[in-house]
Amino acid sequence: MAFASIHVPHFPLQAVVRAEPSLRNQALALVDGTPPIWNVVAANQAALQAGIELGMAKSQAAQFHAVEIRNRSRVQEKSAHAALLDLGASVSPRMEDTAPDTIILDISGLASLFGNEETIARQLMQRASSMGLHVHVAVSSNLEVALHAAHGFPGITVILPGEEAKCLAPLPVRALLPSAEILGTLERWGVRDCAALAALPVLPLSERLGQEGVRLHQLARGARLRSLVLARPGVCFQEEMALDFAVAELEPLSFLLGRLLDQLCARLEARALAACAIRTHFDLEDSFEKDFQVFSENSPPQLASKTYEKILSLPVPTRNSKMLLKLLRLQLQADPPHAAILKVILAAEPARPRAAQGGLFLPSCPDPEKLELTIGRLAKLVGHTNVGSPELIDTHRPGDFRMAPFAPVSDESKIPQKHATAVAQGSRETPLTAFRVFRPEIQANIELQQNYPTRIYFRGLRGNIIAASGPWRTSGDWWREDIWQQDEWDVEIRFDSVSGQSQKISSPRTQDGLYRIYYDSLREAWFARGRYD
Amino acid sequence: MAVNLATLRSNVELALAGRVAAPFSYRDRHAVEIVSTGIAEIDSLAGGLPRGALTEIFGPACSGRTTLLLSALAARTAQAEACALIDGCDAFDPHSAEIAGVELKQLLWVRCRNIEQTLRATDLLLQGGGFGFIALDLGDMRADVLRHVPLESWFRFRRAVEDTPTILMVLEPESNAKTCASLVLRMEAEPARWSTTSEAQATDFFRYPPSWLLEGFGIRAELLRSRLQPIATNSFQKPFASADRSELFETNVLRSYLRVANGISAEVKARIAEEFVAG
Repeated sequence: MAFASIHVPHFPLQAVVRAEPSLRNQALALVDGTPPIWNVVAANQAALQAGIELGMAKSQAAQFHAVEIRNRSRVQEKSAHAALLDLGASVSPRMEDTAPDTIILDISGLASLFGNEETIARQLMQRASSMGLHVHVAVSSNLEVALHAAHGFPGITVILPGEEAKCLAPLPVRALLPSAEILGTLERWGVRDCAALAALPVLPLSERLGQEGVRLHQLARGARLRSLVLARPGVCFQEEMALDFAVAELEPLSFLLGRLLDQLCARLEARALAACAIRTHFDLEDSFEKDFQVFSENSPPQLASKTYEKILSLPVPTRNSKMLLKLLRLQLQADPPHAAILKVILAAEPARPRAAQGGLFLPSCPDPEKLELTIGRLAKLVGHTNVGSPELIDTHRPGDFRMAPFAPVSDESKIPQKHATAVAQGSRETPLTAFRVFRPEIQANIELQQNYPTRIYFRGLRGNIIAASGPWRTSGDWWREDIWQQDEWDVEIRFDSVSGQSQKISSPRTQDGLYRIYYDSLREAWFARGRYD
Repeated sequence: MAVNLATLRSNVELALAGRVAAPFSYRDRHAVEIVSTGIAEIDSLAGGLPRGALTEIFGPACSGRTTLLLSALAARTAQAEACALIDGCDAFDPHSAEIAGVELKQLLWVRCRNIEQTLRATDLLLQGGGFGFIALDLGDMRADVLRHVPLESWFRFRRAVEDTPTILMVLEPESNAKTCASLVLRMEAEPARWSTTSEAQATDFFRYPPSWLLEGFGIRAELLRSRLQPIATNSFQKPFASADRSELFETNVLRSYLRVANGISAEVKARIAEEFVAG
């Protein structure tokens, strides 16, 4: 058996740095407490060297201009812990969630997959680094030894079987996490490291310190055994960021979204998953109008915070953070939040990544990720409702259709067999005449002779109807408000020549042709629906 | 003088070595892949639609441009190619396309409102790549608006599709792409065919109106330019062969009883269509 323990030193600090990587090389102190009492609860080495002390008041810490002060964020610690679990799950399914900053993995039998124990430890460190975490890794055949070695020694520590006591010897007793009372007693005795503790006789130690003393003695000797308490990492991929100042513009928001997406994608990659949808949730700042409502006399106070929620659905699962950011930007540009943003939550819906085998003889098809980006840009240009695949609706109403998402298939066998007209496409000698629609329909004035249209006026033109076929009456939806009843005609129009050429379309002769007109019985008016072309 | 020219030529070739393979020879023009338009007469006239090139179809209203477009779309979508239609005037009729055999799920329809949107959308789709067929429908736009489209836009479109498997087809009332188009077809409508039950009825529509039915109309396509044939390099011959051939073909209008039957089930629709195709 072999266990790898992963420990994140200065966990609250690293959780903040993970969300704000620019702080990594700066002096940083975290404050926590209940307003107005804020105290420094964590500080990195640079901040301690600058003079920051733990427990110092925030007002005192703020006097150190070289030190960045941030609030401790439980939300970011939760995200960092989830990332740590994903890191463990990327290597081994047998994992113990020991503490928010520590996990233990069972790495037995992974040598053929990753290499020896040191290689596994190195890979864990690299993967942690890509997820924004700097970790200590210790590998041992004893679970407790690995745990305490990861707490006590920086970098990678590989402890061979039988050398546990020797390796733990220089470790301070404090790393074994004794109670404060026992730690004080041991310090009075002059016992400061594991070597000194392991050298003590067990029975006298038991008489003086009880079972806790025996436990510490076993830990110091590397002789304590226990089983792994298995944990299963969740499938919730969510990253949050609370902002000190509200963000109202897209550019700074893009930086924040980019960071969160990078973290999400790194976590998804660690679990060999991809995102099939991204849920965006913003907590918005109260707008002026809302404040006004709160202070008005009659309206009740509105204490609920405003929120903005959007779902970005993807045609194929992806973990390309740059592409996701572009899509989110396009979505936000098309429908921006109406107030400044105070908190950002991004959640990814996990799915198995797309595995597609390209074919030499398959027709060209747009790359789904690139296509989604192109469609997003087109939607921004012409509007969401104006891009997609037309889909016919099961109705008799003329010209009814809806827009569906564009999802082409590249396999010819997946194209459904169309009706006979399409099947006979290759062999049919005479193609079907296409029809072009006027949107919206154009109102026309019609002269009738024996109930048949003979002259037409529309679009500033007048013309003779030299042939007509109709009426073709259609009606429907009488049970709804938008009932319709129309008499359609196919007409051939020859427009009169106009000497003034007041219209700019083109000469009337170029507009001659076959049109479809209809009389709307409900509106009692004639309209031109379109023309054959 | 000849020696000086040869020296100069070798100096230039040396200076451009590694960047330009052969600065004094014409670039090889690859034989383009040509696909069917779905209309046999057009295929025999023009050979088909060239991939990696711009095809311009122009003509007045009701001249059969959209019929050719839908036939080409039906042929491409049946081959599971992804197709896009940039509709400059929002005039596309999905029902007509469905009946013509277009697989609508394979079609990306971009409904534009003006020429700026239309050109920008075309740029985006060409840059996105991967489409087998992109149609730019400017058929109902005002001719004076289209004349103001800068020539560089057409050059850009041509360059964007070059060396790609994409067919770019433009429908216009007048020819504007000039030399950027590899294939130019002018469409003209022939008189419509109306069915009558007797000669007497045919001569007097208003006396016997109820018996008239629209059958369809003829379309005359004229080939104005075609660069589809590979040409010899290292020569100064005209890079395309002017053609003045034309071809006439007929179209059919679906009878109205079928046209109004959009809401019926696919099976019934197919049965009616079979009867229609059978004659």
